[in-house]
Amino acid sequence: MMQDKNPVSIHDVAISSRVRLARNLEAYPFTTRMTGSQSSEILQKVRNALFSSVQADTAFTYLEMNSISPLDRQLLVEKHLISPEFANGEFSRAAIISKDEKVCIMVNEEDHLRLQCIIPGMHLDEAWKVCNDLDTKLDEKLGFAFDKTYGYLTCCPTNIGTGIRASVMLHLPALSMTGYIKNVLETCSKIGVAVRGAYGENSEASGNMFQISNQATLGQTEEEIIAGINNITTQISEQERVLRDELYKQNPMRFEDRVFRSLGLLQNARIISSEESLKLLSDVRLGAIMGLVQGIDLKKLNDLMIMIQPAYLQKVSGGQLRPEDRDQRRAELLRRMLKGSLQ
Amino acid sequence: MVCQKCHMREANVHYTQIINGNKTELYLCSQCAEENSQITFSPQINLGKLLWGFPGFGSNTGFKEFGHHPVTRCDVCGMSFDDFRKSGKLGCANCYRVFRDNLSPILRRLHGNTEHTGKIPAKVSDTVKYTEEIERLKAELSAAVESEQYERAAELRDRIRKLENTGKNGGGE
Repeated sequence: MMQDKNPVSIHDVAISSRVRLARNLEAYPFTTRMTGSQSSEILQKVRNALFSSVQADTAFTYLEMNSISPLDRQLLVEKHLISPEFANGEFSRAAIISKDEKVCIMVNEEDHLRLQCIIPGMHLDEAWKVCNDLDTKLDEKLGFAFDKTYGYLTCCPTNIGTGIRASVMLHLPALSMTGYIKNVLETCSKIGVAVRGAYGENSEASGNMFQISNQATLGQTEEEIIAGINNITTQISEQERVLRDELYKQNPMRFEDRVFRSLGLLQNARIISSEESLKLLSDVRLGAIMGLVQGIDLKKLNDLMIMIQPAYLQKVSGGQLRPEDRDQRRAELLRRMLKGSLQ
Repeated sequence: MVCQKCHMREANVHYTQIINGNKTELYLCSQCAEENSQITFSPQINLGKLLWGFPGFGSNTGFKEFGHHPVTRCDVCGMSFDDFRKSGKLGCANCYRVFRDNLSPILRRLHGNTEHTGKIPAKVSDTVKYTEEIERLKAELSAAVESEQYERAAELRDRIRKLENTGKNGGGE
């Protein structure tokens, strides 16, 4: 993971920043019209291009989706490295993932390539730089479909032009608790900014996590789009902080009670669902940021939000688990990780 | 009413198809309608459906519009504009050229814009540079001709030719 130099104040709301670029090889039809053999050829070409332009053997892992288990695919979804649609797609498809899991290239998702870079905290500019460099290198070898008027051509016209989706994952417990999140959602939709749950399209905002991203991809430069998302996320973060303080000031005892009840449940429960865990972790994270809960760092809480997911739990347990066993394993994991965190 | 295709399930879709002026009306269950029409009834977000009512898409539900206009197909991948309407996805890069007129208003609605201003691949930006330079020289050339500076004009003409050849041999589009 990259070294994070920013103080807590910048990371209190923004969990991670993600930039992804949609690209297609000009020599092939889009995934909607390609044949099975073309999809395999594309995999081969992308693999060769990448592995000859960077020291990829050491830096990247190549995972062909049809040769890994559904559980392993689900794990990649939970880590936000691949999309749920990609995990269950039909063509030959592969994910090429950097060892630090910062960069992931999905080959034959909706577009031939989905290049993405995820960085913890508020770092869209950095993520764009990584994607941009990789895109330039790959384009030399692969030749991406480009039109002077329309820019980079994509399977779905919603991604045409820059092909960029810049998104920031925000933790918004105070806005959610007070119901002001509705205003945020309304405003965002008016200015063409999409708000989704933690796992992309159609997913729910579990644990008060929201993904804020640009909708339009044509007509603005990548830098302008990123500046726009930086701007809106900064404003939302600011509102969230004000509300957190306000909530605490209104009734400190009630606020603390909520945080410590949630911590108590997480530290003592014997059976717990992922939905409940996320809800409680959200409270504890808020308490940790407000300085109420000592001894738990934010990184551990952020990691836990992924570690309590079904595939991750099953992976570390070494195989399939029935849902009720998962709930017990999850409770064990949470107890172990949050042991001895008291005021 | 029972589905006219499987004769088992309850019909809940009134399905009208017009191909080359022949109208077929069927009462189908949603499952058979889906098989019959390539129209997806799955709950996934379908851009095609969302785009109904947008300029370029007509105001009607796609059902009634089949075959009302001569079908243009992409000469590379064979996709028709109706295919795009149903799925919201195009078949290949060439589709954007073939359906440019239909796509333009849709892009405007989606992005508020129809022209790319972002990153340009290195090979294309070289071509763009050539094109711009050639246009500049052409303007200079006609000015030279107008002011009867024929020697200068000949010089410019040669430079334009040279650039045009380099451009073609270089990247192309």
